[in-house]
Amino acid sequence: MSTAVTERSLGAQMLRNRNLLIGGALTFVFAAAALISFVWVPYAVDGVDIANKIKPPSAAHPLGTDHFGRDILSMIMVGARTSIAVAIVAVGIGMLFGVPLGLWAAARKGTLLDEVIMRGNDLVFAFPSLLIAIMITAIFGPSAVNAIIAIGIFNIPVFARLTRSGALALWQRDFILAARVAGKGSARISFEHILPNVANLLIVQGTIQFSLGILAEAGLSYVGLGAQPPIPSWGRMLAESQTMISFAPHMALFPGLAILLTVLGLNLMGDGLRDIFDPKLRRGR
Amino acid sequence: MSLLEISNLDLDIHGAPILRDVSLSVAPGQIVGVIGESGSGKSMTAFTVLQLLPEGAQARGQVTLNGHDMLSLSEAQLCRLRGNEVGMVFQEPMTALNPIRTIGEQVAETILIHEQVSKSEAMARAREALNRVELPADRFPLSRYPYELSGGQRQRVVIAMAIALRPKLLIADEPTTALDVTTQAQILALLTRLVREDGMGMLMITHDLAVMADMADDIVIMQKGRVVETGPAATLFETMQHPYSKALLAASTHAPDREDGTTEQPLLTVRNVVRAYALPRKTLFGAPGQVQAVKGVSFDLKRGESLGLVGESGCGKSTLTRAILGLEQVQGGEILFDGQPVFTGHAANRAVRRRMQVVFQDPYGSFNPRHKVARLVTEPFHLLDAPPTGAARDAAIAEALTSVGLAPEDQHKYIHEFSGGQRQRIAIARALIIKPDLIILDEAVSALDVQVRAQILDLLADLSKRFGLTYLFISHDLSVVRAITDRVLVMKSGEFVERGPTAQVFDAPQHAYTKALIAAAPRLPEEA
Amino acid sequence: MLRYTLSRLLSLGVSLAVASVVIFLAIEVLPGDPAAYMLGLNAQPDTLAALRDELGLNGTLWERYADWVGGMLRGDFGTSYTYRSSVSEMIGERLWVSLPLALYALTLSTVIAFPAGIWAAARRGKAADVTVMGVTQLGVAIPNFWFAMLMVLVFAINLRWFSAGGFPGWDKGVWLSLKALTLPAVALALPQASILARVMRSALLDTLSEDFIRTARAKGLTKGQALRRHALRNALIPVLTIIGMQFSFLMAGGIIIENVFFLPGLGRMIFQAISARDLIVVESVVMLLVFAVVLVNFMVELAYALVDPRLRARA
Repeated sequence: MSTAVTERSLGAQMLRNRNLLIGGALTFVFAAAALISFVWVPYAVDGVDIANKIKPPSAAHPLGTDHFGRDILSMIMVGARTSIAVAIVAVGIGMLFGVPLGLWAAARKGTLLDEVIMRGNDLVFAFPSLLIAIMITAIFGPSAVNAIIAIGIFNIPVFARLTRSGALALWQRDFILAARVAGKGSARISFEHILPNVANLLIVQGTIQFSLGILAEAGLSYVGLGAQPPIPSWGRMLAESQTMISFAPHMALFPGLAILLTVLGLNLMGDGLRDIFDPKLRRGR
Repeated sequence: MSLLEISNLDLDIHGAPILRDVSLSVAPGQIVGVIGESGSGKSMTAFTVLQLLPEGAQARGQVTLNGHDMLSLSEAQLCRLRGNEVGMVFQEPMTALNPIRTIGEQVAETILIHEQVSKSEAMARAREALNRVELPADRFPLSRYPYELSGGQRQRVVIAMAIALRPKLLIADEPTTALDVTTQAQILALLTRLVREDGMGMLMITHDLAVMADMADDIVIMQKGRVVETGPAATLFETMQHPYSKALLAASTHAPDREDGTTEQPLLTVRNVVRAYALPRKTLFGAPGQVQAVKGVSFDLKRGESLGLVGESGCGKSTLTRAILGLEQVQGGEILFDGQPVFTGHAANRAVRRRMQVVFQDPYGSFNPRHKVARLVTEPFHLLDAPPTGAARDAAIAEALTSVGLAPEDQHKYIHEFSGGQRQRIAIARALIIKPDLIILDEAVSALDVQVRAQILDLLADLSKRFGLTYLFISHDLSVVRAITDRVLVMKSGEFVERGPTAQVFDAPQHAYTKALIAAAPRLPEEA
Repeated sequence: MLRYTLSRLLSLGVSLAVASVVIFLAIEVLPGDPAAYMLGLNAQPDTLAALRDELGLNGTLWERYADWVGGMLRGDFGTSYTYRSSVSEMIGERLWVSLPLALYALTLSTVIAFPAGIWAAARRGKAADVTVMGVTQLGVAIPNFWFAMLMVLVFAINLRWFSAGGFPGWDKGVWLSLKALTLPAVALALPQASILARVMRSALLDTLSEDFIRTARAKGLTKGQALRRHALRNALIPVLTIIGMQFSFLMAGGIIIENVFFLPGLGRMIFQAISARDLIVVESVVMLLVFAVVLVNFMVELAYALVDPRLRARA
């Protein structure tokens, strides 16, 4: 009975999943905007054009202009680079450190090492990413790199915990016992058998952390702890628009929508991937 | 007049046919056993009676319980019947109870849902129901939580909930499948007693012919959603007509054609082996306690022999298996394979380990779902210093797959493309590929349907003849051990209580525990 | 239960101790002299020396740590360099804004999320479920400070129901103060309520597929009764975990929202301290927030034990 579900190819399942399609499309649009901005933007974002300042959306400026007369669409395109770059590197840091730690802890379950890794995780968890960012900024000064480090540090325990719990369930399975009988050590088993089987979990969590990273970057830039001028950033665009919100609401609306839609896209994609990967649903009971 | 009358029942789930033209009846005081392999629709028949079907289920036909037309009642009317006129007992006692509510509350709930009584009166009657299922007040107060009880005790609580209101019909869906054989016998005796005392009808679902032969009045045999044979239990085994019923019976009593290949040369020597685990600390500063799972056991396994290791869950047989495989270090004694220790220093001895392999119980969990069969069966090559490559590797894969009755082309498939029985063949192929001397079969046929089990037992007998293999056969299932071993060890609480040639131990057990074990095992009529 | 509480209490103590070391060392790894950093480039040598003395920078690393922790244990967080006033007093005042804000938001989030999550789970796949899932999907994705700005635009600037920011003080009346905290609390609560409702729904759906729900149904309970009597309490464990984590996000998220609404809370204080390079204040506020997070996690773990008898029995 379950064969009908499992035999359908992964590609076909992806095409039938509405969340994944919508999410993928949104994500694609913003990733494309960021990439295109490297070669072309409607208007340069480093110039000042006081004559055209604070113009509502028009044919020439589809999303209007800001208080320096800069084109908001161009700013959003360039700002997408910052958001995506910060989030990607932060997820990368989280996975690079978190996944091996989680695998290691699971392979040594119940030992002192496991305990130390997991308590360390709890400790990092007690510092919300914003607090880490505040401490880092207080010490090294605000910058995009410091924002990346702060969000990345916060991602480490997320991936370590997820990897460990996924790996622990796998270590109970007979195929791991079979690999041990075949004389394989725990490091080899972790990379050959455990990691590929937790990869789905990690991909799904990766998209979620990616979206949280974009939110966190926007929040940090908004309070001035993220990317510094002249690097455009969605969060700082919002901060700059705040005092003008009563007479120039478009300046606040579009960068916020950009954040909302990117995060929404990533979340929908994560949900879609989870539906496809989740063995509980795949079993089709 | 019958209590439960099912006639011409069809059931579809999301359009897929599950039951076709099922008819059966249960009279008051009668026990009717429904028997079938997995996928026969036997459990769905039971759930149809209670109308507890998964979403997308559509039933047609007639189900009459005590005068109620079950298929046309409203949900509210059904709720009044469930637990009141019909009670149900499930397969998995470990998960059938709410883990965070006391057993008293859970039994009393049956009463409170259906009758306008005070909480204290409901609790008093819950006490009574628990007494009836032999959970006395001094050891099992109402305030106990499920986690404090064993599987058999939890199943008794589930039974108490089902019979608290003295229903007319009791439905039991594989109530003892998850239990040890001695516990199974006790639960079956309890169910029979309750049925007789209350004059209840009972519909019992099981995959085990022998269980039903002992206790049912009528037997219904199902295959692929249809009833293929119905008749009184007393005579059914002689009068069976349908080829499927006959095949099922033959498979249940099947003993593979094999001969004793035992030599004088010891292959595996286990001497005074102790395996102890540290318990979690009770107090912050006290020394951690210790529990001995294996308490100094010794035995010899001769080359060519098939040795059975029998015991109930928790007796230490799995722990001993891991120690023999060199997966865990022992705290005392020694394990020698052909004279060499299996564990040297802090690691397993590779030279020894490549000469023994293992087949596990769960055909679904023993393979990495992401690898193809070729990669799965060649995993033991890791134990060789110079594993074969290229054509030699292909030849080894083909040989291993062919010898277990699969095609060499199967190596390109993923494991999910195979049935449970085929997977177990692949597990055996994986064990054979490095041509070991000893194969440890850890409950290797316990999860299989009887017909598939018979085939795998034949395959094992054949392989041992062809390759001169030695088997250590670990199982809780006495009939299987009897069919496939030359000698048997009976294990209880980390020790061997009895050992000897299989036929002798089974026909004239000496130790009280062995006697109890054999007496508890359900048996089919001899002449069949 | 006592053993469980003690063991959790021990782990709370260890977490706090380690956190204090981390925070202390983080400030210590600062390149060069903290006093020079705080005073900037053109500091006079004698002011520098005075500040070094005031900060207790002349002792050994160990002495300075002991001083700092010892002070905090006595409720003395030191003296702010920029404000020349006691950090404990400053924190005390600000806490009366930040803590009520976090609790207000947590209450809102829980009150919205529980019914929404339960409703969606009970009507899985129906219109109610689709609506709740759709709305919460948006709620999770919305940046809370942007949502706050939009609310200011609508409710303060256009409708004039609320003021755009500021805080009158509790002595000016509880009602006025609560009103001033309402928009910030809603902004903080919306994303959290969305997350919580989704967690509640999925935890309930997981529990509803357990065997013991089928047992309850076989006893004659309706679907609704099975959900209320058996699924809900079992689903609480993951939900409690999330509530605990949310408190820490609310405390930290409050830092940003306080800036949107110009609320005189810990968040504003910490930003002013950063721009004034007032490390003592940063250090103390971070430590205080970590303490709050660890304390809430401790309470969540005690709540687990109330829900689950297996934890009560274990050490």
